[in-house]
Amino acid sequence: MYYNVFGEKVSRRRFKEMEEAAKNRRELIAAGLTSRRDLFKMGLLTAGGMLVAKSGLSARAQGLGQVMPQSGGGSNTSPGTQQNCLPGNQTASPATQPFRDPLVVMPQPRKLSSLSPTPTLNPNVGAGEVRAAAFQAPGISSSRFPVVPATLYHFTQKQFTARQTSDPNIGPQTIWGFDDGSGPRSPGPTYQAFYGAPQLTRNTNSLPATNQVNNTGFGMPSVSTHLHNGHTPSESDGNPCDFYPAGHFCDQYYPNVLAGFNSTNAPDGDVNEALSSLWYHDHRVDFTSQNTYKGLFGFYCLFNQFDTGNETTGFRLPSFPQFDIPLAFADKVYDPTGKLVFDLFNLDGILGDKFLVNGTIQPYLVVSPRRYRFRLLDTGPSRFYEFFLTGNVGGAGNPTTNPFFLIGTDGNLIPKPVQVTSVRIGPAERVDVIIDFSQFSHGSTVYLENRLNQLNGQGPTAVDSQLFPNGGQSTGTTECQNLGVTTNGAILPPNFNNGQNLVLQFRVTGPQVADNSVNPATGPSYYALPSTNVDPRIVRTFKFDRLNGQWSINGQFMDCGYGNGGTGGESTEMFRFAVRQNSVEQWLLTNLTGDWTHPVHIHLEEHQILSRSRVAPTVPTDIGRKDVTQLHPNERVQLFFRFRDWLGKYPIHCHNVVHEDHAMMAIWHVVPPGGEDNINVP
Amino acid sequence: MNVSRRTLLGLLGMAPLAGGVLKAAGATRPQGDSKPLTESEMARQRIQRLHLPNVPLFTQEGKKVLFYDDLVKDKIVTLNFFYAKCDDICPLVMANLSKVQKLLAADLNKDLFMYSITLKPEEDTVDVLKHHHEMYAAMPGWTFLTGKPADVEKVRAGIGFTYPDPKIDKDKTQHIGNIRFGNEPLMLWSACPGMAHAEFLAESIVWSVLRPDSIGVPRS
Repeated sequence: MYYNVFGEKVSRRRFKEMEEAAKNRRELIAAGLTSRRDLFKMGLLTAGGMLVAKSGLSARAQGLGQVMPQSGGGSNTSPGTQQNCLPGNQTASPATQPFRDPLVVMPQPRKLSSLSPTPTLNPNVGAGEVRAAAFQAPGISSSRFPVVPATLYHFTQKQFTARQTSDPNIGPQTIWGFDDGSGPRSPGPTYQAFYGAPQLTRNTNSLPATNQVNNTGFGMPSVSTHLHNGHTPSESDGNPCDFYPAGHFCDQYYPNVLAGFNSTNAPDGDVNEALSSLWYHDHRVDFTSQNTYKGLFGFYCLFNQFDTGNETTGFRLPSFPQFDIPLAFADKVYDPTGKLVFDLFNLDGILGDKFLVNGTIQPYLVVSPRRYRFRLLDTGPSRFYEFFLTGNVGGAGNPTTNPFFLIGTDGNLIPKPVQVTSVRIGPAERVDVIIDFSQFSHGSTVYLENRLNQLNGQGPTAVDSQLFPNGGQSTGTTECQNLGVTTNGAILPPNFNNGQNLVLQFRVTGPQVADNSVNPATGPSYYALPSTNVDPRIVRTFKFDRLNGQWSINGQFMDCGYGNGGTGGESTEMFRFAVRQNSVEQWLLTNLTGDWTHPVHIHLEEHQILSRSRVAPTVPTDIGRKDVTQLHPNERVQLFFRFRDWLGKYPIHCHNVVHEDHAMMAIWHVVPPGGEDNINVP
Repeated sequence: MNVSRRTLLGLLGMAPLAGGVLKAAGATRPQGDSKPLTESEMARQRIQRLHLPNVPLFTQEGKKVLFYDDLVKDKIVTLNFFYAKCDDICPLVMANLSKVQKLLAADLNKDLFMYSITLKPEEDTVDVLKHHHEMYAAMPGWTFLTGKPADVEKVRAGIGFTYPDPKIDKDKTQHIGNIRFGNEPLMLWSACPGMAHAEFLAESIVWSVLRPDSIGVPRS
């Protein structure tokens, strides 16, 4: 008697075939043919992904014509499926009273005159430094970029206890932050950096080691700090693969130099490439979502002779830091005992039911009746926001929707201010806005309100691409809408559900003070957009997809390329492609999924959006210099790039950090002319 | 600086093995201990309650085991789903795991335990699993599991291998092909695509859960 693997009686001939099939598979394994590509090459895999049904290869080759018996799938009550389409997939957080606590405005970090040991050109391995390579900037000009620049900082990642609200329902939290010497905080201190003044930060990991009983349920005490939007040499960029555990440090060199300084616009670079609102955050491969959620992020504001931080000079934007305030948004979940929790087992994206601004749940800010500049940052993990300025909440009549001015996208000033009634940002995106509180009566209260409807990690419920002008119109569906879950449209009504989306309260009760800033309504000009009228050397296509729950770019997955480290295997290739230094490229991002929005971030250089599904962009936040572009379902976005000045490795990745942590990332590198033969994305 | 591969090997080798501290980190208490739970212990219990159900499963040898108590608790593990008659990605993922077990052979069955659970327990009986266990040349420490459908579903949902849309979720040809890896006592959990390079999978397991104090490898 012979039996197949399913316990059915089979003939002796069939049994021999089955044995042959098993042998073939063992041979496949032994030959290391484990990738789809390998199997394609061998002609063993069809385009549809089925193993070729030649006799002997597949144990069920003979049965391919039969209908597969469908499993009953067991119980239909699996958590994490249907509940994923409802807000607050996890335990709902305890109720908290909003607007109890003032907004925290992060201070500037302590400047140091020296570091011990003194920073060195090459990594100081003996002292415990783990930098990937020598600093590039001093190699270009040691006078302009001294190895030890005048501006030095020492940031230490630490675990500490903080209150995120004074409401007794949510007690103190054990979180992670940055300590500049004045004590740990999250968000970390806000850098006040200046073009022309290079600076160096020593990042020391002092998080509790993993071999102690001090884990609060999520977070990996291993870090790599990325300066997001920085025109940063690769060794100082904070690459996800360059992580290090407690007890080590990395010196990161920020040249604060305009793009093009060593190429297209030598020697000073193009001022139209000036960056303003950058941020830093942990980028540890596979654990970025947990570590940023636990607190490892902060702002980096960069000034120059136009964007001076002083409202009496240059563009005369509201003065930093009193009237120019960074706002970092985060959504989080707490368990019934009031402890911060993170769903370690989520593959799609994580939403919280509590909104935090600068580390505090629904804070308030007392403002004077004058103009303020706010730098809005979505720290994720997975939520998109559409912010409105809502007034008259709780008064007679309906809540009001008030105008404000958009002045910057992804931290870069746009050519002219644009008056808007709302602005949408996704994970890692920034917008700079000017709100004039003199339009409100003294003593009144207005709110920054997120009216965007989002039910799960897929993105906003309205998934058409250029929906900003007519928000509320949805032309696509998400998996949730397929379920018939009521979604209330893309844009929720003001003061929805007892004000649960009122993220930040402004109390216009501050004293009358002078306002020397320029009224954006008078139409001032900022920076012109750099020309995109240049033929690209190469057009590359990046396909963002989901393959059996695996987030992929061009069918492949994140790889740090360290294949044989300690495991004895063959090394794998880290770099997916090479970009020629100081060249122009166009990148086509295509979303092969019909129901997911991916905020795609590319390091080193900004880009401009040339088109969305072959139509020039129309929404204000798309017309500017960007470092994150929302890639909507079924969309194809055309980006213009110049890759200048620096060499080395950088990633492209989805900044829904849950997708990023599950391998929706690729490492590429910039190489000198002659080394870039590999022009195709493999 | 160029860290050679040999140096790197040394660096990884020097990192203390998390497995060595598992006992010290354990949240298990002797009976009668009435001290209030620490924050860490509460977090670990919450993870167990929500994600690591203590349901009975059966190994390819027919041995009855409890998912949390016997397979995951106090251990460093990998978890994935497959089924015998799957001709799409399962063979690729399982072949990948077969490579991973060799790359991590020194840790396997001592500090690392790999579990592959069937998505079709009605079909994949103990005998079927045993056959596949042999077919993939699974070494001791890589266990194949089946169980009652409802119990298997609890495990799948617990570790988050589900789709938002239940219709898609029921289509087993689209099943989640990731490999979940975790260090249960230290509450370190992540996942990699099952079709990533086996070498990178093995390394991710090393520097995420097996030796989480590893240095990522700086290379110029």
